[in-house]
Amino acid sequence: MTSNAVVFALTALLMPAASFLIIGALPPLRRAGRVAAWFSSGCALVALVAAVLGWRAFAAAGTAEPMRAVWWWLPSVRGPLATVGVLVDAQSTTMLLLVTLVALLVQVYSTCYLSDEPAPSLGRYYALQSLFAFSMMGVVLAPNLLQLFVCWELVGVCSCLLIGYWYRKPEAARAALKAFWITKAGDVGLLIGIVLLHRLTGTFDLVELRHLAETSQIPLAGLSIITFCIYLGAMGKSAQFPLHVWLPDAMEGPTPVSALIHAATMVTAGVYLLTRTEWLFALTPQVLAIVCWNGAFTALLAAVLACVQTDIKRVLAYSTVSQLGYMMAAIGAGFAGAGFLHLLTHGIFKALLFLGAGAVIHAVGSNDVADMGGLARRMPQTAIVFLIGTLSLAGVPLFAGFASKEEVLGSVLHGGFPIPFLMLLAAAFLTAFYMFRVVFLAFFGEGGARREARSASIPDPGSTHLSPPTSHPAAGDSTDTAHHGHGVGSLAHAHDAPFLMTGPLWILAIIAMIIGVSFLVTPPHAEFESPGWLTPAAVVVALSGILLAWLTYQRRTISADALARAFGPIRRAALARFWLDDLYLALYRSVLLVFSRAIGWTDRYLVDGVLNVISAWTLDGGDRLRRMQTGKVQDYVWAVGFGLLVLMAWIGVAW
Amino acid sequence: MGLQAYLTLAAVVFCIGLFGTVTRRNTIGILLGIELMLNAVNINLVAFSRFGGDDTGMVFTLFAICITVAEVALGLAIVILLFRTRRSASADHIDWLRG
Repeated sequence: MTSNAVVFALTALLMPAASFLIIGALPPLRRAGRVAAWFSSGCALVALVAAVLGWRAFAAAGTAEPMRAVWWWLPSVRGPLATVGVLVDAQSTTMLLLVTLVALLVQVYSTCYLSDEPAPSLGRYYALQSLFAFSMMGVVLAPNLLQLFVCWELVGVCSCLLIGYWYRKPEAARAALKAFWITKAGDVGLLIGIVLLHRLTGTFDLVELRHLAETSQIPLAGLSIITFCIYLGAMGKSAQFPLHVWLPDAMEGPTPVSALIHAATMVTAGVYLLTRTEWLFALTPQVLAIVCWNGAFTALLAAVLACVQTDIKRVLAYSTVSQLGYMMAAIGAGFAGAGFLHLLTHGIFKALLFLGAGAVIHAVGSNDVADMGGLARRMPQTAIVFLIGTLSLAGVPLFAGFASKEEVLGSVLHGGFPIPFLMLLAAAFLTAFYMFRVVFLAFFGEGGARREARSASIPDPGSTHLSPPTSHPAAGDSTDTAHHGHGVGSLAHAHDAPFLMTGPLWILAIIAMIIGVSFLVTPPHAEFESPGWLTPAAVVVALSGILLAWLTYQRRTISADALARAFGPIRRAALARFWLDDLYLALYRSVLLVFSRAIGWTDRYLVDGVLNVISAWTLDGGDRLRRMQTGKVQDYVWAVGFGLLVLMAWIGVAW
Repeated sequence: MGLQAYLTLAAVVFCIGLFGTVTRRNTIGILLGIELMLNAVNINLVAFSRFGGDDTGMVFTLFAICITVAEVALGLAIVILLFRTRRSASADHIDWLRG
């Protein structure tokens, strides 16, 4: 009954779950650290093999029909209310490949990156990594929206726990909570949407829902509220404006975590959800338009923000937000396929970029690009793979991001959104600019001058800094710094990381190249006709961005300060993150706190007050009544005698 | 003399006992009151037994007298203990159960 593809998918799903349970249930294994690391990585390898086999088995089956294996869950009188299981189709098998691949590479990379960690923490890290891999695959393979939601929450929890991996550090703990609560705000929307959809259609099942949608059996009244609620969930997870503020802060976690969760997989869950339910969104074009506009706006906003960051991980974080905006814009334009394609290529090259940044941070001991420079000579391998990732992200031909980004641009234009298209084009220019700014500052040029100046004089954080103190907590903004013993001043001794770290980098770089070249040979199957000028335009935009970065940060023909002055107001706004965090803080203080104070007052003085008065009365009454009890035997005898008399009189009257 | 005379006597003795029990401040006086009430009951039993022609009442009376002796012994022991601990045998001072 169940085909091979389903069996393989189940294997891939259950391997990390088993790994999590075993590491979690056996404290000796967890405290052993490295043993747990290799055990977890081994399970991830098996999962990857199973995912590859499942993908091939599904492709070999030659059918577009989804395959399912489901078990009853929450049985009710009229059959099960919900099921659990796996839904195997082209999308989920492809996504499964991405998740298992990046999960495996990140886990192997982490064994080296986190080698200085105490063993019990390492065990905890790998237990959480396994749990994350399981729940992410649970989202990918979910046959119904309820299972999807459960796993969706699980990935959120894992994300929170892994951002807060260095939980003794206040910024990390704060960032973890911020990520959790902001995504939670979106998740509430998602839950409401799912429940409303169930009320409307009576099912959670994706296949049944799709059938209903395609035979137009879903009533359209109120449907746009449902799709908007679902989009809210995707907005939180996929860091869309205005809920994107958690993602840059999430960089407080270890860099491999950022690579896996906050670049390649979890943040794309929102895009994946919308891809999975595109037939539903197709019924509500007005919501799709919101998705598209907001995606394009997010892409542009995050690209502007990325230009002023000096923390290499924050640049990458904002670029992730920006690229997620691209995917959303494509979905909003009605071409989920283009968004999904960009999701896949982005997953590969952004994981590559993050892991490369991790290697740099590992070597230099700082996150700040001002502390780097000339690393290409000292870390040639890292420089090459980072450059490959950057070229992919910038959308240069021959590299992975080129075809998918052009696909996104074409779909948005074709979907009839010219202004979002222009916004995305501007974002593409900025993408090339800010990524090459990082490359030139970190890998080329002399660099390190600022570091020497800073270490020579008394440390004065902020005065020569480009980034504001808010985004740049003063005392060693990266715990990576604290945890990698090299420390400041080791730039000259920076060198390529060991094979366990460069290996995953090379694998990702090669995959990115293979994807890029294969797209050049056989362009992805487009659902639409793009105008002929689109490809040259995209290339020109990307190259001009690179050129500007080169002129500014390499040749120094254009002074960076002059550039900063030219864009003074925008730059100031970007440094303040467009005041969004301040806005949230103000909202929190003026609305939420005032509201909770009012509630607190009501509870303390109205609800408690009534009860306190009642209890005071009771106590008072008791106090008065106790005076009756004299404790003297004779008084009781009096009472008994009197009672007896009354009883006798009563009996006498009754007769 | 008929049954009524005995019953009247018993009632009078009982009331005197009850009165003593509730009014005496001395604990020994209270014990005496209780004794009077018990003996009033005994008179009742004997009178009914005698006029009813059934000897069972006599037997009960014997039992009651024996038990009364034990009860008085116990009561006196309690009074002595009270006197030892509180230096007083007055019922007014025994108010540990006051609310």
